[in-house]
Amino acid sequence: MDRGSVVSLRRLWVAVPVALLASFVCGAAAAQDERDPIEGFNRAIFAFNEGLDSVLIRPVAKGYEAVLPGPVRAGISNFYGNFADPFIAVNNLLQGKPADAVGDVARFIFNSSFGILGIFDVASEMGLEKHEEDFGQTFGRWGAGPGPYLMLPVFGPRDVRDAGGLVLDLYADPVGNVDHVPTRNSLTAVRLVNDRAILLPADQIIEAAALDKYAYIRDAYLQRRRSLVFDGRPPREPEWD
Amino acid sequence: MKRLLVFLAGLLAATFSIADDIAPDALVRMVSNDVLEIVRKDKDIQSGDLRKAVELAEVKVLPHFDFAHMTKLAVGKDWRKATADQRQSLTQEFRTLLVRTYSKAFVEYRNQAIAFKPLKMQPADTDVLVRTVVNQTAGKPVQIDYNLEKTDQGWKVYDIAVAGISLVTTYRSSFAQEISTHGIDGLIASLRAKNQTGDDSVATKG
Repeated sequence: MDRGSVVSLRRLWVAVPVALLASFVCGAAAAQDERDPIEGFNRAIFAFNEGLDSVLIRPVAKGYEAVLPGPVRAGISNFYGNFADPFIAVNNLLQGKPADAVGDVARFIFNSSFGILGIFDVASEMGLEKHEEDFGQTFGRWGAGPGPYLMLPVFGPRDVRDAGGLVLDLYADPVGNVDHVPTRNSLTAVRLVNDRAILLPADQIIEAAALDKYAYIRDAYLQRRRSLVFDGRPPREPEWD
Repeated sequence: MKRLLVFLAGLLAATFSIADDIAPDALVRMVSNDVLEIVRKDKDIQSGDLRKAVELAEVKVLPHFDFAHMTKLAVGKDWRKATADQRQSLTQEFRTLLVRTYSKAFVEYRNQAIAFKPLKMQPADTDVLVRTVVNQTAGKPVQIDYNLEKTDQGWKVYDIAVAGISLVTTYRSSFAQEISTHGIDGLIASLRAKNQTGDDSVATKG
């Protein structure tokens, strides 16, 4: 990282409290979206995340993408994905989908062995579909509504339900439970960078699409989570409110 | 190259003439495969030429889209308050914005393979959901769903959802907010301004 980035990162720390203060003063004036009651506050956190992303996370992710060939990055994604499968199985069980849970366990067994510690996703080749589940979705499945929208520092967009789910997700996260601290930190950092690298192509598309990036990401996030709770088949929302 | 162009033109004419009575899932499959095939072979698009991608979208994809319906969905309940002129301007500007976004997606996700899921539909259905999955080289498969409606000109796409995120209704709250503060003309103006900044980026990259 060059000196300029360090300086701008330091400026960011000054900018955040100022922006937060401003948000409380001006927040009340804008028209309110009922799903986002603390929009002013959220926007300030969003500005902080955007700053952190542009000076640190995005450049590192770009370097990572440039240095590692696609198949290697796919292997890294698979490795982390494999870790997650047992917890996806637990969530599928909690959501009353035992067949999916069995599939997740089978995936973990095949990928951990034949797939060499999960680096190769042989289970998908065998027709065992990868699922995406977490505790936030489980709460949603149990009937919990999303609640107000939140923008968390570093973690990014969540709603109250998924922020609660995130606490459990982190508690159950195998990477977070590695005792050897340097290993844990490295695993966490590589996962963050790998996840960010996957999203790099989306940056350009969001820039092209959004009139207001904050609102676009919020609405996309809320739709995405709603879709996930319904396992990709949400009922269509009414044409008008 | 010339022969290829003639062939493509012929193919295109054939596409339009059969598109009227083609089934919605077959339509999505045909258009997606055509587009992917061209994107894979076109060196300009491969090297990130957005203008070329926009041309491709204009010719291959957009005839199958119903932009008036899309705009109506994105604007939501304020659509009723809009005059005919305003509706036309909104549709035109929103079309430009969507085309640019869609073309950018072509360029960014150029080397992907699409799998199609079987469509469950009754012969009498006039509104269907066609589900596809794009397999990425690194990263999870992405679900892309197309909502199609039967019209007099054949099946037309009126919404696309990428990973459950609608390219259309995601605009609803920003549009509503803009209309509540600056009116419908304010929204038209900000869409126009957005599209003009997009023009600059096409010009500098193209």
